[in-house]
Amino acid sequence: MSSASATGAPPGWTRIGRVAAPVVVGLVGLAVWQFLVSVVEVSPYLLPGPAEIAEEWRANADAIREAFWITGTNAFIGLVGGTLVGVGLAAIASSARWAEGMLAPVVAGLAVVPIVALAPVLNSMYGADSEYGRRVIAGIAAFVPVYVNSVRGLHQTTALHRDLMRAYAASPGQRFRTLTLPSAAPYVLTGIRVASSLAVISALVAEYFGGPRGGLGSFISTSAATSAYARAWAYVAAAIVLGLVAYVVTALLERLVQRLLPTGALT
Amino acid sequence: MTQPSDNAAATPVGAAATPVGAPAATGTAVPAVRVSGVTKTFGTRAGVVHALSDVDLTLAPGEFAALIGPSGCGKSTLMRVIADLESATSGTVEVFGKAAATARADQDYGIAFQQAGLLPWRTVAANVALPLELHGLGRGERKARVAELLEMVGLSDFAGHHPDQLSGGMQQRVAIARSLAEQPRLLLMDEPFGALDEMTRERMQAELARICAETGAAVVFVTHSIPEAVFLADRVVVMSPRPGRITGEVVTGIGRDVPRDDALREDRDFFAKVTEVREALHGTPVTGSGREAR
Repeated sequence: MSSASATGAPPGWTRIGRVAAPVVVGLVGLAVWQFLVSVVEVSPYLLPGPAEIAEEWRANADAIREAFWITGTNAFIGLVGGTLVGVGLAAIASSARWAEGMLAPVVAGLAVVPIVALAPVLNSMYGADSEYGRRVIAGIAAFVPVYVNSVRGLHQTTALHRDLMRAYAASPGQRFRTLTLPSAAPYVLTGIRVASSLAVISALVAEYFGGPRGGLGSFISTSAATSAYARAWAYVAAAIVLGLVAYVVTALLERLVQRLLPTGALT
Repeated sequence: MTQPSDNAAATPVGAAATPVGAPAATGTAVPAVRVSGVTKTFGTRAGVVHALSDVDLTLAPGEFAALIGPSGCGKSTLMRVIADLESATSGTVEVFGKAAATARADQDYGIAFQQAGLLPWRTVAANVALPLELHGLGRGERKARVAELLEMVGLSDFAGHHPDQLSGGMQQRVAIARSLAEQPRLLLMDEPFGALDEMTRERMQAELARICAETGAAVVFVTHSIPEAVFLADRVVVMSPRPGRITGEVVTGIGRDVPRDDALREDRDFFAKVTEVREALHGTPVTGSGREAR
């Protein structure tokens, strides 16, 4: 892991280095960026400076917060819905080979559904003032990785463990709770982690194609359309933050479950 | 270590390899295991495989029987049929007078395999507690029983560890503790020490012998090590492949009261029995000495 740390360095330094290194890289990046804009004078149409973007962020803080909230809610609902459907269908698929075979082409189809094409269709289906279409799109995007990983996870029990459960005359419910689910959990969580980023991106992109105004995606497109590039970039920055929040939250969830799982019933 | 060691007292009673289907079990009690006329065939792509052919075996309560034979002789299959992990194609299997399936549902046996098969996300204590938990034992009793079992296998200090923090031998001890969790009167063990190094293996054998003496359980012990079979068992059941069947039995005559320690391994009568089992396995007298590692 920390092969980069000098062998002679005290352990405290490696921890500081782990936090400091990315911060330094980020600050240097921002400095170079600002240098390009204010000294080399790259056109603000091409690339607005970080200071300018920060200024726009401050000026539109309320609007950004609201947009952040709208897109975040859509992504979250989509993620939860997609996860539930994904795990549920995976449970069915893993129970019987024919069920898995039946679902495979449907999932393969969903995996390649183009958001660009689906968003206008759903928007006219649910009405122009409904967020529902966007949530469905985020849900479809989240569903695929959750399903694929869950199916894999639910097949992870070994023949030995299955023999053991049979020898204990465990009921199907007990078997699922004590063996199948814990074996699958790491895979399901990996699926959710991947899905969280996809849900955010999909919810965002879906806003480009009609529906009610208000999300980060809508504001990025309208700001860019009115040549307010710095403001568009401020919204882009907010979108990045949203994606990172989603990722960090699911990563923490993953860690939490992994810490809770090993305890079993005792201790 | 039930009694002070007095190796000279180890006087195995001579017993020739008895012919097929002559159970050595005695006593009036209901036998721990009664297998009669069991045949097991598997349909494979290459054709029908006769894993077991007309096998008879009776095991008295508290008796320790080792099943030995080359790969493919059906010794594991026989154990799995007794455990009701496989069903016999024909013939009957009774465990304590009940059908094998009923005995499994009633948890009349404990089981251990070559791989420890611990659940990696559970601690050692939670792994041992698993069967108790599945069968609805209360938390308090469970905790007490687990502590007792871990004490028995000498792993009390490792209750909170996870399986991947233990050595292979320690994991196998956890698996044995788990198989003893519900104080079964019958233990089914499928090469439980097969994956261990020789030194650990010998220590585990001594430990198992001590535990069996303490619990008084009958044991069906599958192995492919001749010394291991002679060291542990009251009776060594010799099997041969294609089709899998019992070809002979050797009563070791090493009493329950004889401590299973290194002195026994050096005993002349012990070697005599090892030779006898080897001859029964090969079907002809074998010249040369020394014992096989496996």
